[in-house]
Amino acid sequence: MGLNRKDLLGMQDLTAEEIQLILETAEPMKDIIRRQIKKVPTLRGKVVINLFYEPSTRTRTSFELAGKYMSADTINISTSTSSVVKGETLQDTAKTLEVMGADVVVIRHSAAGAPHILSKHLSASVINAGDGFHEHPTQALLDMFTIKEKKGRIAGLKVAIVGDILHSRVARSNIWGLARMGAEVRVIGPATLVPPEIEKLGVTIYTSVEEGVRDADVIMVLRIQLERQQKGLFPTIREYARLYGITAERVSLARPDVMIMHPGPMNRGVEIAPEVADSMQSVINEQVTNGVAVRMALLYLLAGGGNPHETVG
Amino acid sequence: MKLLVKGGKIIDPANNFFQVADILVRDGKIAAVARNIEADNAEIIEAKGKLVMPGLIDMHVHLREPGLEAKETIATGTRAAAMGGFTAVACMPNTKPVVDNRALVEFIKSRAASEGAVHVFPIGAITKGSEGIELAEIGDMKLAGAVAVSDDGRPVMNAQVMRLAMQYAQMFDLPVISHCEDTSLVAEGVMHEGYHSTVFGLKGITSAAEEVMVARDIILAELTGARVHIAHVSTAGSVELIRMAKRKGIKVSAEATPHHFTLTDEAVGNYDTSTKVNPPLRGAGDVRAVKDGLRDGTIDVIATDHAPHTVEEKDVEYQYAPFGMVGLETAVGLAFRELVRPGILSVEELVMKISCNPARILGLNKGHLGRGADADITIVDPDLKETVDVNKFASKGKNSPFHGWELIGLPVVTVVGGRIVMRDRKLVL
Amino acid sequence: MALQEKAIILDDNGIRRALTRIAHEIIEKNKGVDNVVLIGIRRRGVPLAERLAGKIREIEGREVPIGVLDITLYRDDLTTITHQPVIHKTEIPFAVDNKIIVLVDDVLFTGRTVRAALDAIIDLGRPRAIQLAVLVDRGHRELPIRADYVGKNVPTSRKEIVSVYLAELDKQDKAVIEVDTA
Repeated sequence: MGLNRKDLLGMQDLTAEEIQLILETAEPMKDIIRRQIKKVPTLRGKVVINLFYEPSTRTRTSFELAGKYMSADTINISTSTSSVVKGETLQDTAKTLEVMGADVVVIRHSAAGAPHILSKHLSASVINAGDGFHEHPTQALLDMFTIKEKKGRIAGLKVAIVGDILHSRVARSNIWGLARMGAEVRVIGPATLVPPEIEKLGVTIYTSVEEGVRDADVIMVLRIQLERQQKGLFPTIREYARLYGITAERVSLARPDVMIMHPGPMNRGVEIAPEVADSMQSVINEQVTNGVAVRMALLYLLAGGGNPHETVG
Repeated sequence: MKLLVKGGKIIDPANNFFQVADILVRDGKIAAVARNIEADNAEIIEAKGKLVMPGLIDMHVHLREPGLEAKETIATGTRAAAMGGFTAVACMPNTKPVVDNRALVEFIKSRAASEGAVHVFPIGAITKGSEGIELAEIGDMKLAGAVAVSDDGRPVMNAQVMRLAMQYAQMFDLPVISHCEDTSLVAEGVMHEGYHSTVFGLKGITSAAEEVMVARDIILAELTGARVHIAHVSTAGSVELIRMAKRKGIKVSAEATPHHFTLTDEAVGNYDTSTKVNPPLRGAGDVRAVKDGLRDGTIDVIATDHAPHTVEEKDVEYQYAPFGMVGLETAVGLAFRELVRPGILSVEELVMKISCNPARILGLNKGHLGRGADADITIVDPDLKETVDVNKFASKGKNSPFHGWELIGLPVVTVVGGRIVMRDRKLVL
Repeated sequence: MALQEKAIILDDNGIRRALTRIAHEIIEKNKGVDNVVLIGIRRRGVPLAERLAGKIREIEGREVPIGVLDITLYRDDLTTITHQPVIHKTEIPFAVDNKIIVLVDDVLFTGRTVRAALDAIIDLGRPRAIQLAVLVDRGHRELPIRADYVGKNVPTSRKEIVSVYLAELDKQDKAVIEVDTA
């Protein structure tokens, strides 16, 4: 069985079997990263374009390395959203890239749904590398890979996601994926940063971090952005850190073998205490390595074969 | 010049006349309504099995002229109206420049007279430039022919300005049409705030953004005694507020759009920007409440909020797309689908809401088919099926989420002032 | 695809004897098993490598390390097949540098699998030598590759299919020629 889809736009429409396949394919990919010669010829002659409308060193580098380890030609295009609004439309840019021979377009954009526009206009595969507050599926997949690697399973685990849920595509993608794989997901944050009706996604909402992290197997800490405070969604960074910062004391309320995750980049001393970020329980660096492995797996599954989407019968 | 409409079922609520009869039109007026009229040299319109109504009136459209002619013009917008069975439209003043003075009201009237396919009634701005600060020359615009005032699309946020506008407009018996939206609560939202905005990762517009303003304007209407008309009611809370106000005898009327009684926020799925409207498509409970409001009379009017945009403007990321969808050419079909066939409104009640009530609110001597009335007539075939194809719209705007829908119940003849402008689903001009 | 068995190449005894002979040849050619490692190509090369290691243990009284190689990522036909094959782990629990590697597979046909395996191994390090052991060589090479150890050479037509069944995976031992009757 393969991943029978052209694009990866979000976790929402991935089945448990598809998630399983991606996570299993990432395992041999991780072995490649550990080798001295970090390269396989699988995607020789394929072109992967990283189209980043938002700055992101981490995700872009991860996709770039994933493509290079698989022998694809990877090209990075970074541009600011403001110039896009004024100038060429997204679909015109995309069509240009396709004419140039892109097989996969990885897109990061500040507008939710931008990857969906691309996917409608392109026959190349589109991978959503984060769109607005909507989804960031590769982050969720690497998080789930990390959880499964360390815990041996996902089903039945208690995963607490702490922070600005309202503006977090990482949270949304993880909620879809983790819930589909049978985890018990909790979201923790100030009421002003919890999106409406999120409980319908099968999560429990906590405004108290102490209650929310109790007995958790995994604490996933989200980055808090100063911009939200400026919009008045919470009073001060200081109060946020005091009420929601993940400290060693709060970690002690979770299970002793709790895993601490953060999608990065971290605000040390705000949403996460430095001693927690650097603790034995932290898998934050492991997440980065796994990110490359998961993205290699996706590039293989979406672009590795012929083009199943054009093949009939 | 004579016209004879033969054998249709006449739906004329104003005259309480609901029978199969013929209508004779002479010199732009209705000359007779009776059975088996014989007339020499009259053009015959066979209407057997069809519904003959007073011309439909859309009291909320955007014709975009002057200044935004890439989106729509008075010529194309009124042709879209004719195709949709409307014989008259009232156009909103948010053009470039904003219609906030006599010259622009006269401009629209003269353009409509020379190029329009149907009657056009301008709505003037409440404040200069619709900036919400200083009152526009409402009295002068009324004298020039404005039928209402509104800062549609740019709600008057300052309550004192709104209060003064109501007091002032009341002197001229002009209704104040309020686009109810507290812009501070909108907070950059682009769709209804709820489950779907959470899932799609789009900023939400809470129902409260509308309801707070509906409540304010009802209170101000009571204070001033002015006639206030609430545009495009979209939430259950708004319907309830208006219901209470009417019970108290406050002079408030309200309209709902076909898209708000047809679609929910779920339609935003896959980021189709033609679903991006203001107020946004709401939840299923809101749609039910809007239909209940139409049924029990809380909502007086069906109006389209026809808001054309260019393909280029709409074919962008959801959050960057302008608000609005076109509605003139799908309104009747959607009303039959959502209201008439399910039994929410009778055809008579539909005619009230899409002809008689708009005429009454705007003070037009229209919306009836009695002898001597203006010969504005719409004939609807309740069984005619058609698949919506935006590329065939007479409107320049193709921004409709109903593309590909099969609609049953469509206007087949539009007569404006005794002249046929649409016949058998084709413009006759 | 409906496969019909046309001829038996090797039965269970035939497979056993062939592997015994190959084990002897490996020991002989390399003058013992110092630095010799076996790497089975997934899937059926893996049980064959295990069996060869068992034979070598019986003969020499020494363990040879065994590795498992998944060559999917090195295939040259990925763009011509509709669905991506599922990738399994490559498990080679030793350094390949300076080793004599005996690659083990069931059938040698075009040589493309072996080409992929050679590339995969060389990406892991620098072995002293790579040798190839196969149960059946059916001819029709498309690359300049030959086996060092062959259980049985069988002339075939291109249309025929050579299948090896092994008890570890298929509940029985046999190598057969099949034809597609569909």
